[in-house]
Amino acid sequence: MYVAVKGGERAIAHAHAWLAEIRRGDPAAPEVTLAQLMEQLGLAVDRVMAEGACADRELAALALKQARGDTTEAAFLLRAYRNTLPRFGAAEPVDTAAMRIERRISATFKDLPGGQVLGPTFDYTHRLLDFSLADPGPPPPPAPEAEPEGDATPRVTDVLAEEGLMAREPPGNEEPPDLTREGLRLPAGRALRLQALARGDEGFLVALGYSTQRGYGNAHPFVGEIRVGEVAVEYIPPELGFAIDIGDLLLTECQMVNQFAGSASAPPQFTRGYGLVPGRNERKAMAMALVDRALRAEELGEEKTAPAQDAEFVLYHCDNVESTGFVEHLKLPHYVDFQSELEKLRSLRARWGQEGQ
Amino acid sequence: MTAAPTAAPTIADPAATPAPLAERRRWMAVLARAGAAELRAALAELDPTPGWLRLKGPEVGLIMLRGRMGGDGAPFNLMEATATRCTLRLDSGAMGHATILGRDPEKAELAALFDALLQDPARRPRLLESLIEPLARAQAAARQARARKAASTRVQFFTLAAMR
Repeated sequence: MYVAVKGGERAIAHAHAWLAEIRRGDPAAPEVTLAQLMEQLGLAVDRVMAEGACADRELAALALKQARGDTTEAAFLLRAYRNTLPRFGAAEPVDTAAMRIERRISATFKDLPGGQVLGPTFDYTHRLLDFSLADPGPPPPPAPEAEPEGDATPRVTDVLAEEGLMAREPPGNEEPPDLTREGLRLPAGRALRLQALARGDEGFLVALGYSTQRGYGNAHPFVGEIRVGEVAVEYIPPELGFAIDIGDLLLTECQMVNQFAGSASAPPQFTRGYGLVPGRNERKAMAMALVDRALRAEELGEEKTAPAQDAEFVLYHCDNVESTGFVEHLKLPHYVDFQSELEKLRSLRARWGQEGQ
Repeated sequence: MTAAPTAAPTIADPAATPAPLAERRRWMAVLARAGAAELRAALAELDPTPGWLRLKGPEVGLIMLRGRMGGDGAPFNLMEATATRCTLRLDSGAMGHATILGRDPEKAELAALFDALLQDPARRPRLLESLIEPLARAQAAARQARARKAASTRVQFFTLAAMR
């Protein structure tokens, strides 16, 4: 049997022309610029950078514009573009303890060195629609300033670790595995899991994190600390052989503190779940930290009972470019597959008719 | 350039860079945060305009960013970032290099050019004074402005002493 394998080119070209028209919308409304997206829809841009696994705000803004605001489609575009570029190498691990703090809060200690710094947060807003934003207006007055107190802002986890109450992270400088080169293999060590979670779908990770709070995984987490701010990125160019500072990167880091009952080799102490994401996105950083901690169940000898503790389930489903690819491929032609299903069903029905009635 | 008795110096060779490494690292960090327009303006100020040869780039690529588990543990790959690099040689022989975050070939080339020029002890004092220090001051002021805004959102708790 032969099926049509050609045709549709004209329809596709016309569909894309209409897409371009719809993307632009009513020409009477001004076209958005990348600068507007970066400045005024910056959190959407940050999300596209995280899920597109490529830190470049301008590219993420372009992807968002091209995708008509669809963050998953935009992440897909960014990943595809990323594949066209050569890899120079790897940067030195960022030092988040040296972050220039824009926001830093702890839910575990009220008074901590460096203090609670709220930063430009949605927290404590009343979540009432602000109709004054409906029409363009003059820019708001500059935010108030104060003299920085100049005290250091050590990590809360370091403060706890000094008292022996927080498990220290195993140190090391070995070359971490790279998801973009080797793909996902199980069992996945924590380094690979963190890379997968950092690019994972925010919605999926928030839902999984929530599930651990609701009893699927027996977690009792506290936000030890969330910090947002810029860190300097250092890189050793092979041409030079010494580390140079190549610019700043805005990051959000979350340290979740969880109880640990202790084992034969370790006393009862706190353990941490870790979240690190580009830009300002503490929802994603918190969800990442919750899921990171849940996935450490096996390593910590805890009972594995919940979806969030199942590395295979979490890691194979958290990448939205992969999941949307497989879900959306269902709309592509499956004519031959379906033809065989049809024939099978027809013969079953014929047999049922002969046997039954 | 005076003839070196040993092998041809490379830019990684500290002997070829009379400026202390810390000083070079500092101006490279300042150049990495400058705007292309600022560097273009600084080039226009130079008389005569130096000649240079591109040895590599400027080219755009990716650098894998890394974090540490729990902030202080073993490293993991976080995500890639776009970067631009350029290596060039002045007609006078000095080599310059730049690797900067982002996609900006013009800026990477200019940063590499000024890196090379700054290695010339004769040019360095003037370039530090006319280019690097003003850029460093502006960058520090922008950081300070953000630190001041952050400081004004620092919570001041009031504790009530219970009296008996």
